[in-house]
Amino acid sequence: MSTIVSLPDQSTARVPKRNYLTNENGLLSWLLTGDHKRIAILYLISITFFFFIGGALAGLIRMELLTPQSDLMASDTYNKIFTMHGVVMIFLFLVPSVPATLGNFLIPIMIGAKDLAFPKINLLSWYLYLAGGTMTLAAMITGGVDTGWTFTTPMSTHFSNTNVVTTGLAIFIAGFSSIFTGLNFIVTVHRMRAPGMTWFKLPLFVWANYAASVLMVLGTPVLAITLVLVVLERTVGIGVFDPTKGGDPILFQHLFWFYSHPAVYIMILPGFGVISEVISTFSRKRIFGYTAVAFSSMAIAVFGFFVWAHHMFIMGVSNYAVLVFSLLTMLVAVPSAIKIFNWAFTLYKGSITFETPMLYAFGFMGLFTIGGLTGVFLGSAGTDIHLTETYFIVAHFHFVMVGGMLMAFLSGIHFWWPKMTGRMYPEKISQLAAVVTFIGFNLTFFPQFLLGMLGMPRRYAAYPPEFQVLNVFSTAGATILGVGYLLPMIYLVWSLKYGKVAGNNPWQATGLEWQIQSPPLTENFTTIPIVTQDVYDYEWLERQKEHEVTHVG
Amino acid sequence: MSDSHAIATAESGHDHGEHPAYLRHHFVSLEQQQETASFGMWLFLLTEIMFFGGLFTAYLIYRNWYYPAFVAASHTLNIFEGSLNTLVLITSSFTMAMGVWCAETKRRQGLIISLVLTLILGLGFLGIKADEYHEKYVKHHIPGHTFNAQGFVHPDQEALKGGEKPLAPDMAAKTEVYFSLYFAMTGMHAVHMIIGIALLCGMLWKATRGGYMDGNIAYVENFGLYWHFVDIVWIFLFPLLYLISRHQ
Repeated sequence: MSTIVSLPDQSTARVPKRNYLTNENGLLSWLLTGDHKRIAILYLISITFFFFIGGALAGLIRMELLTPQSDLMASDTYNKIFTMHGVVMIFLFLVPSVPATLGNFLIPIMIGAKDLAFPKINLLSWYLYLAGGTMTLAAMITGGVDTGWTFTTPMSTHFSNTNVVTTGLAIFIAGFSSIFTGLNFIVTVHRMRAPGMTWFKLPLFVWANYAASVLMVLGTPVLAITLVLVVLERTVGIGVFDPTKGGDPILFQHLFWFYSHPAVYIMILPGFGVISEVISTFSRKRIFGYTAVAFSSMAIAVFGFFVWAHHMFIMGVSNYAVLVFSLLTMLVAVPSAIKIFNWAFTLYKGSITFETPMLYAFGFMGLFTIGGLTGVFLGSAGTDIHLTETYFIVAHFHFVMVGGMLMAFLSGIHFWWPKMTGRMYPEKISQLAAVVTFIGFNLTFFPQFLLGMLGMPRRYAAYPPEFQVLNVFSTAGATILGVGYLLPMIYLVWSLKYGKVAGNNPWQATGLEWQIQSPPLTENFTTIPIVTQDVYDYEWLERQKEHEVTHVG
Repeated sequence: MSDSHAIATAESGHDHGEHPAYLRHHFVSLEQQQETASFGMWLFLLTEIMFFGGLFTAYLIYRNWYYPAFVAASHTLNIFEGSLNTLVLITSSFTMAMGVWCAETKRRQGLIISLVLTLILGLGFLGIKADEYHEKYVKHHIPGHTFNAQGFVHPDQEALKGGEKPLAPDMAAKTEVYFSLYFAMTGMHAVHMIIGIALLCGMLWKATRGGYMDGNIAYVENFGLYWHFVDIVWIFLFPLLYLISRHQ
């Protein structure tokens, strides 16, 4: 399986001296850079930092839930810990992870451009992210927030005595980072494509990020104004959500979920893009139904805006609303299923190899399918009323977000690592890490489906003793999962210095990014490419190879 | 096997001596750069529409629920100052459009005058707005601890003559929602004005030093779009908050 990797690449025996990493030196050259690749690296470092904070908080939660009593921490500390876990993981990890790192790095290269349309705004968005993240940490250290990541009113506006204002403003600021990233991507894809790079020659990764950008641009401002209103209620006492003044807390939920449901597609769509690239490369075939997969991304983006009220089936929305939103929610499953089936068809009769990115991609397909199918339980009002606010919900969205998004992120990082750094990571240990992550993940979250069905509510530090066995399994799984996350941290950093030189195209993949040197030059292309090849044209690549063999023979 | 099978090379068609200094390295042509900037601005304005959209949604829902309170509360707004502000803002949109035209036709003096006029009108708008806010403060119509809805339960003689009807105390209390939205919407609009005025000052400073005369006017154009957008938001706010219940 590793024959492809070890193919000797005569053209580049060592990492090229001149590249985007060595172009300029010094801290300032990084902090003031306009280069989309360097900004991607800045994002990668800061996002990894926040991921580990979020992960450490998850570890504390699982430790507390090891025993039925709340013995590790008091209930209000527990509330603050799970709130921060949610806030950090959603707004500072899941939303920006793939677009801000891989998207920033790859989108201009994949479409044959020298940079994103607005390099300064790109750098600004990193600073906004950092400012939002720092404020969130400050809020956490100076007393925390206990409202849950959803900031539900009137808890957040009236009853919580914690740092709701700081955290709300932090997310407002981080939200602008996300708006600017989305705006930059949309404009770049529209205006910066190289000659010959038509819309239907775009890699599916670009399509997926484009669709996610539409959601970011349209959804995030609504979250921003909602948080502003919460902050104003707490500080100057306006009464838009305050029931004592005639305001309606349910309006908060409508506005909040109008962003936050589409936000799950902001998180997952770029992941879909990664998986399309990886599956195509390692089964050496064009993605089956390329157009359908591209359009299904756009369909998810559109439907994503019409399903928010399924978060509110038990909030007192009318029966008709429940019926309509239930139906619309089921409808989103269609474009998601189109993707899963098309990937399966791509694999069919492909020359499949099991490199690390592919292992993560398989993990993604399995876990996301389970996550998606259990979503049907929650989209149907009847079962939702039984399961909502239990651990079934927790398991469901962790399967989708962690099992889906995080697997895709790791898959993408491993897939494009040689391009970003010019080095390979050790193959055996990275495959091991992928397997450990998969096992740890299932052991952590599968018991939570059972806990939810048995009725264990979420967001409590203590629980009845009969739930302990499953909780112990879950905590044990979380430990394994933690090891699965730490391993890549170690060997990827190791590979920076000691890894095998990757060469331009270690996976023998198609796509513009594999035809420039690794790591790329600052300007990506010495001359602007004219794209003549179809996207994912592996048949052509194979014919070339045969031709060469007969020639040599 | 060749690594560059899909890349046929094309020279970018210029070297660095031929194009103006403001063409950034990652664009092929000036047209591409300017169209890109303009597209980005339109997209940003779309996000602004969504931003204000949350407030408009809230307004429409509560207006539907607490109709009498919204009618009574909107009667207390100062329609003279509101109309004057509308006039001021539309005029400033005109002077800004003149500014863009002057930049396009490289009239330096005209650009400076237009920007100064826009700046004065913008500040004038904020001044009138501040006076309106002060009036709300005097009448205890600012939401929060000192809010007082008694005036709606017992309207004074003048208001009764003007067709005002007394409200039941529980409905009168709902005027606080109206004023919450009034301050949130006009306040958010004023924040946009303040940001605009800050940008305007920077632009003016650059214009007096001979800026924007070399054909690179994307910034002026895009600021113009922003200024018109802020104007348009007011064009929606004015009827919603001041006008639509006036005939009752």
